[in-house]
This record gives sequence, structure tokens and C-alpha cells, in this order.
Amino acid sequence: MTDETSKQTKQTELSERLALLKKNKAFIIGASILAFWVFSAIFGKLVARYDQDFADYESISSSPSLKYWFGTDSSGRDVYSRVIIGSRIIIVISFLATLLGAFIGASLGLAAGYLKGRFDMVLMRILEAISAIPVIIIALLAVAAIGRASSIITILIIGLIFTPNVARTVRAAVLGESELEYVAAAKLRTEKTAHILFREVLPNVLPTLIVEFTVRLGYAIFAVATLSFLGAGLEAGSPDWGTQVADTWSLIFSKIWWPTLFPSLAIASVAVSINLISDALLEVFEL
Amino acid sequence: MSTNNIPTLELRSLEVAYTVRGIDRSVLRGVSFAIAPGEAYGLVGESGCGKSTAAFAAMRYLPRNGKITGGEIFFEGKNIVDIDEEDVAQLRRSAISMVYQNPSTALNPTIRIGKQIAEVFELNGVSSSDAMMMAEQALTRVQIADPARVLRRYAHQLSGGMAQRVVIAMALASNPRLLVMDEPTTGLDATVEAEVLDLVRELRRDTGTAVLFISHNLGVIRNMCDRVGVLYAGALVEQGATSDLFSNPSHPYTVGLLRCIPRGGLHKSTDRLDTIPGTPPALGLKFDGCVFVARCALADDKCRTQLPQMVTINVAHVARCFHSDKASSLPRSVEQIEYAPQVTGHSTKVGDALLNISHLSKVFTQDGHKVRVINDVSLTLGVGETLGLVGESGSGKTTIAKLLLGLTPPEEGGVVTLDGKGLAKTLNRRDVADVGAMQIVFQNPDQALNRRHSVTRIVGRAVERLRKFSLANAIARAHELLSGMRVDASLHSVRPVQLSGGLKQRVAISRAFAGAPQLVVCDEPTSALDVSVQAAILNLLVDLQKQDKTSFIFISHDLGVVRYISDRIAVLYLGRVVEFGTSQRVFNGPFHPYTEALLSSVPNIDGSTRKRIPLTGSVPSPSNPPSGCVLNPRCPRKAGSGYETLCETEEPNLNEVEPGHFMRCHIPMAKLKQLQS
Repeated sequence: MTDETSKQTKQTELSERLALLKKNKAFIIGASILAFWVFSAIFGKLVARYDQDFADYESISSSPSLKYWFGTDSSGRDVYSRVIIGSRIIIVISFLATLLGAFIGASLGLAAGYLKGRFDMVLMRILEAISAIPVIIIALLAVAAIGRASSIITILIIGLIFTPNVARTVRAAVLGESELEYVAAAKLRTEKTAHILFREVLPNVLPTLIVEFTVRLGYAIFAVATLSFLGAGLEAGSPDWGTQVADTWSLIFSKIWWPTLFPSLAIASVAVSINLISDALLEVFEL
Repeated sequence: MSTNNIPTLELRSLEVAYTVRGIDRSVLRGVSFAIAPGEAYGLVGESGCGKSTAAFAAMRYLPRNGKITGGEIFFEGKNIVDIDEEDVAQLRRSAISMVYQNPSTALNPTIRIGKQIAEVFELNGVSSSDAMMMAEQALTRVQIADPARVLRRYAHQLSGGMAQRVVIAMALASNPRLLVMDEPTTGLDATVEAEVLDLVRELRRDTGTAVLFISHNLGVIRNMCDRVGVLYAGALVEQGATSDLFSNPSHPYTVGLLRCIPRGGLHKSTDRLDTIPGTPPALGLKFDGCVFVARCALADDKCRTQLPQMVTINVAHVARCFHSDKASSLPRSVEQIEYAPQVTGHSTKVGDALLNISHLSKVFTQDGHKVRVINDVSLTLGVGETLGLVGESGSGKTTIAKLLLGLTPPEEGGVVTLDGKGLAKTLNRRDVADVGAMQIVFQNPDQALNRRHSVTRIVGRAVERLRKFSLANAIARAHELLSGMRVDASLHSVRPVQLSGGLKQRVAISRAFAGAPQLVVCDEPTSALDVSVQAAILNLLVDLQKQDKTSFIFISHDLGVVRYISDRIAVLYLGRVVEFGTSQRVFNGPFHPYTEALLSSVPNIDGSTRKRIPLTGSVPSPSNPPSGCVLNPRCPRKAGSGYETLCETEEPNLNEVEPGHFMRCHIPMAKLKQLQS
């Protein structure tokens, strides 16, 4: 039957899109940068040249050289190795925070978009109130309340702050989906609401959710870096990028720019790589 | 050559390709045709065959991923393939206009109608005060009543037919020498379609504009065009004078296309529809021989390996086929279901009462107003019978379906009984047996099938829930249903996106039959499909009905289809049943004036002309129905009937005018018969 040919064409669609993705410059650059950082986060010790706490008291605040590629900081520690090692903390925390925000946001967005009515109205007003709270102020308040910075608290706060955005995006997609007749068809075989939400509607809003997730992940990197720069994000003394910048930025005035520049570049490169990937996904999959 | 012989538009061996996902795919394959000044040329073919691409290419208006890869386009003797954008813009401003399929998206929603039309005049150098005046004249020309008021309106305040008139007025504003009309009446009701077509015909007579008319509807083409070209897979396979081509089709594709239309008088009880087996080739496929070879019953080795050239049938009638002399004797395609009957313990004699709807009403609240969209509808349907619901859009057809299925609760007092058992008003109060007993096939299978689920899961889950089968048994039964409905086993694991429109609808039908239903509501099940696929789906439904004694409620705006499949017909207007009876009674007359107008507006495929009974004005809003008979302001038979006062003051009842034939009209049967003869 000729229907076979139509089947074959459609099956090659995904591979054609993937081929396009592989040719997409933004994706290649973004994915390469991100792959490097993810590799560093997992196998940091292999890429780093010194231990994160190794201090060379002979060369304190030495400028970039063959021995210390990114120079050393005011304690004589290798900036390059600390940037590599520091990737793990920021990537893991940002990822977990975004995952939390996406999970809660998607659940609420699904319910609001599908159930509509009063539930939707009340929930969306609450979420709007949450999104009006500045993230930095809550984080500082939390540190003040419990007396120290904690990565768990950071994850919870960023997750909470992201919830309204994710919920709004998912809700908008669900509003359109729930009008489609496959939802009526599911009701016409006596499906429960939970089944319709999670098994019927959710898979169809997944592409939207994935793109929203990558966008949020980019913001999360910035948020975690900002909080740790302020000393409100992570446990004291952690070798993450935000803390490194916080510890060293005042040296810029003494022309010692390298301990600040390289962690800052690292933050920017991760955020940019994630944005490049989400742009490429949007383009290739025509979302 | 004198200037008179220069065609307005001529395509010579035009090749167009679209770049899709990085690969060039050819869409038009050497299309050549010419349109003389004042001539109307029709392009027909199923979806995806390149009709619109040909039109866009002729206007140099291809989408960004499209490009002309070969051939020439001449506009009044000048090759416009290579002219620059500025000249193209000048051409579109002054010489070529286009009317698109969807009038509501062709108009800017934020600009008043008057300003939009005036803009066209201003572009051609008219002062803005004169332009507004000319805009009013333009509206008068397209027969819009009260043009001054329409000028001040926005697009969303116009009905579909009005909006299309405005678009036509804009297209004609520049006095174009070529008018391209791409499915100009496709989204419109039959009555409105007929009016718009009448208008186009009149304007063409007055202006002498050449028209390139694109439609999938052969009846419309037959009535509108002087010459016709048939496109298949981007190739022109046949071309000729309209009456010649329709009476003596000489390409197997044209023959097949004409045969699969449920035309005048065919009925499921005696006639089986022809189909064209297979599906059109995928975009950009390469051919060594004839493009139609995979679906042609006459194909031989020569067709597979050699490209056929145009063969002259008679003067100006050509067909691209090696076997054009045998085309009219194309073997009929026969396709049977292989489907295990359902086991049901219900009443089983065809014609026994099954469904009884009494006093069904529905009131929606819209902007604080109560709108009665369904008003006291009572209908009956027997076992194994089909009830056709017809009426213009907004008449309440789909709402009735939703009320029956329990997706929307009816008002107090409405009772629906199925097989003697009263049904709960809402779906969640019905038990599984009741839910399974009444199912629906939706219009658009793309929306009705979850695109993230496999075909097996879609049907299997319905069997599992509705018949309480174990998962393994449900899957086995799903496969049995699907294979029976000719969805090949190799396709059971794929997702709907990988299926053609016809196959998707077969999956949707399989799902509707999962719960061994007694009644299936078919809501425009074939209107999103091409005619050849439509025929196959109608055959399938008829086979299923014969085998399972399933009853159907068949909703369609296509009266030919309804007539073919229905045993009883209910004609709806403004949420009321205005005529109800056996198919034969309703279609043979005497007719309710509304039914009469509906029937007369359908363009005939056999080319016979009959007098059109026009309905004046548009459907009134159900929030403010006219007093008396709701049809009276538009009724074609009110004036001169002698019942005018009664019609305007008192709403008629649905009376039994002859055994099994009900009508809601003050004018007595004998009088109607006399008026309609």
C-alpha cells in the first residue's frame, strides 16, 4: 500500500530535524560549552591542575602564566583549578532548583489550565503575589532567620520563585490543549481527571515545558551566582564562582583582575550556552 | 500575433520547490497553462497537489522556503519570473489581486473596514477623502446592504459571507486584470457560498477580469469556470473546457475523482461509492514515469518507466496519460471491511426504536444574556438507521451532539432515552455501559487523537475502559478492530502524526466502536478529508452499520453526503427542528422553505442548472430571535403565500404534514407544493 511511503517519510522527520540541529551553529557552540562544564562538574579533578585548596605561598596574586593559566588569588590558589572545581556546585544547585520550580509550576499550571474557574483564578492571583517578591530579599531574610547560608534553602527559594513563571507558561499551553477533542474523547471512556491531566494533556505540553526549563536554567545560574556573591547562597568557604568573585572583586582596584574575571566568564559562558541551546531547540522544532 | 491573443497569465513548464528541513522538495512539476483575458480557469485536485502553490507562484508570492526552480510565468506577455520586488509590488498593486480562503484572517482586525478598503485606492494615488467615497462604492458593487454602516465596522463584526464580500471588494478595488481566488468559499455555508459565487459570476460578467479559480470542490468549479486543469502531485494531468472535461474525463485520476462524489440520488442502500485506492505521494518524491502510477488501476510497465506526454482528446482537451482512451472504463475499486462483529445483547431488529430525544433545550449565558441555542428538540431514531442533521453553521448541530453524549448538560425537562433506558444528563453520572453505548467520531482527527499516544494505545485504552477487558485482551481487540477497519498491522504501533488523514479517521472510528456502541454520532467526519478518502470512510461506516446494526447521527454541511448515508433527516434552523422525516420525503419535497433554499444552493456536479431559491440576509443571532416563525425575515416563500401576518406573529409548531414527515411551517403542504412546482 502507498500508505507505507507516508509512514516512511514521517519517520525520517525526526532524524531530519536532528540533522538540522547538528548543523545549527548556535546549538553546536552552546552544546560544546555546556558539555565542557558538565564534564568539569562530573570529572573536575581530571581537568583541574591543582587541588582547590592547594596554596602556593611563593606566588600570591601572580598574573596568568604557563604554570597558573588563570593566575593565582590572594591566597596563592590556582584560579583555573578553582573555576573548574567550582562548576559542580553551581550547575547542580541551579539544576535542582529549576527542576523543583518546573515540577511544582507544571503541576499547578496543569491543574489551573484544565480546571479553570475559581480554582484557576485564586491560584493565579497567589502565584502573581509570589512573583512580586524579590528573590534576593527572601534569600537574605532566610539567611538572617537561620543564621547561615545553606544550599538547600537556595534551591527551595529559587524553585519557589520560578514556580509562577513555569505555571503561567504551562497553564497557557493547557488552556489550548484542553479544548481539543482528544480530551473529550478521554472523558467519553470514563477516564479520571488525574489520568487526563498527566497521561493525556501533560505529554502534549512537554515540549513547551522543556523549553521553559532551559530558559529557567539560564536564569538559575545567574541567581545562584548572585546569591553566593552576596554570601546568602551557599555554605561559607565553598569554591563556587559567585563566592570567588565576592572574595576577589576588591582586588580589581589593585589591577589584580584575573581572580575576578575568570569565574565571571565561567558564569556568563554557562548562561549563554544554555540560552543558545534553547534558541536552537525552538528554531529546529518550530515551537 | 495581435495583442488580443496574448493570454493574461501563462505558466510554461513551471517548477517550484519547497525547502523543508533543509532539503529541496519539488512541489510543481512542469505545470503549463494559460488564461485568456476575461476567462475563468479552474484548478482542481486534492489537498497537497500544488493548487495554492501554483496560485502563489503566479503572483510571485511563494512562502520564504519556496522557490521557482524552472520554467516561466508570463503576465500579459511579460516574463515575471525574474523581475525585481519593486515591479512585483507594482503588479500586485494594480494588475493582479488575490482572494484567500479565510476572509476573517485576510482582514486586519484592528482597522475599520472603510479604512482598509480606502487604503487600496490610496495606494493607487487617490486622495484620502475620495478613497473613502470609493470604498463605499466598492461595497455597493459587491452588494452589501447599508455600505456606509459596514465601512465603520471591524472585521469581527462581520459574518463570514460579508467578510468575503469585503475581501472581494478590496481585490477588485484596483481594477485588476487577473483575479486569483484560492478556495474563496470553502469555509462558508452552502447558502452563503452560493451567494458569493453568484456575486463573482456577476462581477466577472461586468468587469471582464480573468480569474484563476482554485477549489477542491468539483461542483463549484463546474459552475464557475470556462476551462479546468486537474492537478495531481504537482503535475497537470488533464485540462479542457469545463463541460467537455466533466462529461468525458480522460485521465484515470479525473475519472476516479468524479466517481467518488456522493452525487444526486445515490443512497447507501443501493449504491456503493467508488474510491481511489492509496494516498497521494509524499511531498518531493521523484518519479520516473507517471505521477499517478501507484494508485492507477490501468498502470503498466510503460507508465512506471516513461513520463507520459499530454495527449489531445479533442480540441483543447488534453490528458497526460498513455491510456486516456481506456480511462472511462477504469476498473472500480472495491474495498471490504474484515471486521469481527460486536457481541451485544440489545434489541437487534433494524428499525426498532433505539433513540428517543424529547424536549431537549440548551441555554448558554453569553455576556450576561441568556441565549437559547437549542429550543425544544424532539427526534427519534431506529436501530441500524442513520439520522442526518443538517443546517447552516450556528444552527445547533454540534451542540445537540454534545447534549446527547453528556459532554454538556441539557436544561431541565429534556429527556434522552437509549434502548428504552433514560440517560443521565452528565457524563460522569452515566455508567460505563451507557457511555460505551453512545460514542462520537469528531470532525478533525488531528485534534481528536492524542498525538503523543500510539494507535494501539488510543484504541486499546478505550476497549479496556469501556468493556472492562484486561490489558492484553483490550490490545488484542484493538488490533482486531484496527485491522478490520483496514489500518494495516504495521501501523498499529505508530503515532497518529505518521498516518494520512483517512487513516487517522479510521483510527478514530475504531475507537468509537471500541465499546460496542449502539449509537455513534459522526460530527462532520469527512469534511476535513479529500473526496476520495471521504468515499472510503463513508463506505466503511455503511459496512459497519450493516454488520453491527449500529445507528448513526450524521452531522454534515454537505447535503450530498447526508443524502447518501441517511435514513432520516432533521433540518435545523436556529436551534429548532424545522423539518424532520425519512430521507426520501425530505429530499423529494414538498420542502420546508428553508430546506428548499439549502438544497438549491448546492452547486451541481452534473452541470444541470436549476433555479436557486435565495435566503436573504444572514442567520439572526439566537440571543435575539425574530418574532413569529424564526425563519420569517429570510423565508423565500413567505411573500405572496397569504400567511405573512401569521408568519410574523406566531411561531409554528412541528406538525406531521404527511405520515413520517414533520414540518414547522404555517404554509400548508398543498400550498407549498404548488409554490415549489
